[in-house]
Amino acid sequence: MSSSPAVKLIAFFGSPYAHRAEAALCLKGVPYELLLEDLLRTKSDLLLQHNPVHKKVPVLLHGDRTVCESLVIAEYVDEAFDGPPLLPTDPYDRAVARFWADFIENKLTKPFFMAHWVEGEAREGFEKEGLELLALLEAQLKGNKFFGGDRPGYLDIAASMLGPWRSVVEEVTGVTVAKEEEHPSLCQWARDYSSNEALRPCIPDRDRLLAYFTKNKEMYRAGVRAMLQQ
Amino acid sequence: MAADLRPEVVLLDFWVSPFGQRCRIALAEKGVPYEYREEDLLNKGDLLLRSNPVHKKIPVLLHAGRPVCESLAIVQYVDEAWPDAAPPLLPRDDDPYARAQARFWADYIDKKIYDCQTRLWKLKGDAQEQAKKDLIEVLETLEAELAGKPYFGGDNFGFVDVALVPFTSWFPTYEKLGGFSVEKCCPKIVAWAKLCRERESVAMALTDPDKVYEFVQFLQSKFGVKQ
Repeated sequence: MSSSPAVKLIAFFGSPYAHRAEAALCLKGVPYELLLEDLLRTKSDLLLQHNPVHKKVPVLLHGDRTVCESLVIAEYVDEAFDGPPLLPTDPYDRAVARFWADFIENKLTKPFFMAHWVEGEAREGFEKEGLELLALLEAQLKGNKFFGGDRPGYLDIAASMLGPWRSVVEEVTGVTVAKEEEHPSLCQWARDYSSNEALRPCIPDRDRLLAYFTKNKEMYRAGVRAMLQQ
Repeated sequence: MAADLRPEVVLLDFWVSPFGQRCRIALAEKGVPYEYREEDLLNKGDLLLRSNPVHKKIPVLLHAGRPVCESLAIVQYVDEAWPDAAPPLLPRDDDPYARAQARFWADYIDKKIYDCQTRLWKLKGDAQEQAKKDLIEVLETLEAELAGKPYFGGDNFGFVDVALVPFTSWFPTYEKLGGFSVEKCCPKIVAWAKLCRERESVAMALTDPDKVYEFVQFLQSKFGVKQ
């Protein structure tokens, strides 16, 4: 019996997108090797060679296959390996999960995180929008521990930024948008996500993540100011 | 075959929408009968607002009353909910890598084309020039990916072809707005577009390019863009 080809993941510490790919691998029970990019140096040849289109992490290397884009990687991991399913099996439920992942990606993430980073008058607008959108997502928990039900799945992976990263961004910026009293389900979800046994190997060390964001705080603020001027 | 109690399928759509057209093509390829409903986007109806409260946008597929939103989610749903209706739009289950590649390119098309084309008609001067450059770069990337294959999926018309082909009706509009020739920069894409248009599903769904241009001119006047 031939052994399965090696799985490697090009990532960098602190990337919520790379985390999604790791989360998929951990939940599926697939061993992998992490190849960490050093953001202080220029992007590695390996990364540029394997993701010429976007030049970004994460990039999954599976034998001689290359898969890019975190949610595409998540679906690939679900389909290429045996293990607990990440997506539901029913076509309608799958369509719903894909819809909400797209929602997180294209609608919720920007205003929600801008509401933490933006300073001054503009913050209020982002907060209002972010909260409205967050409520829509939170409703999808439907009383379950995870979006996937009893255990995390594809949509939990897609939402992972709202867990460990949200907590750290709140501390670094001093801004809390998703308050415990108003969003108890989401806040509990975040705690359950971060403490889930299967995800343990890939949940970023909080102190290290905090240090990373603290160190890069001005860079994020500058980036946000530039975005607002466009 | 036993009597097939097909639940009702309804597509809420807008005539010129490339996203809606993706769904029409998918349904036609799978031979799924459905009711097409034209939505008035300036005066959105109850059914649309109830079925897609999050985005309030078309397309929306209603299958036995249950809504599916987002065009690529709809196309995948059509593929998965009617699995025995040939042809499969995504590569088969036993080829997860081919499926991943299809999803990657469909995602790329989604991230890039609509944004570039919108900037192309909405903006002027340097910003419009940048939009044109970006659009050409996207088309060239897709040209390279198509390479010598008849379709993006290889020998068979599939997911990526469905994702991109509605935008081909916009090529003459790109050319008029940007002052360039799509055929000159991307001859393979143009040849691929012709091949796709030979399929009835595509021919029926795509808007006449002249009508697309008229529509864009209407949008430009509506948004006060100097023509």
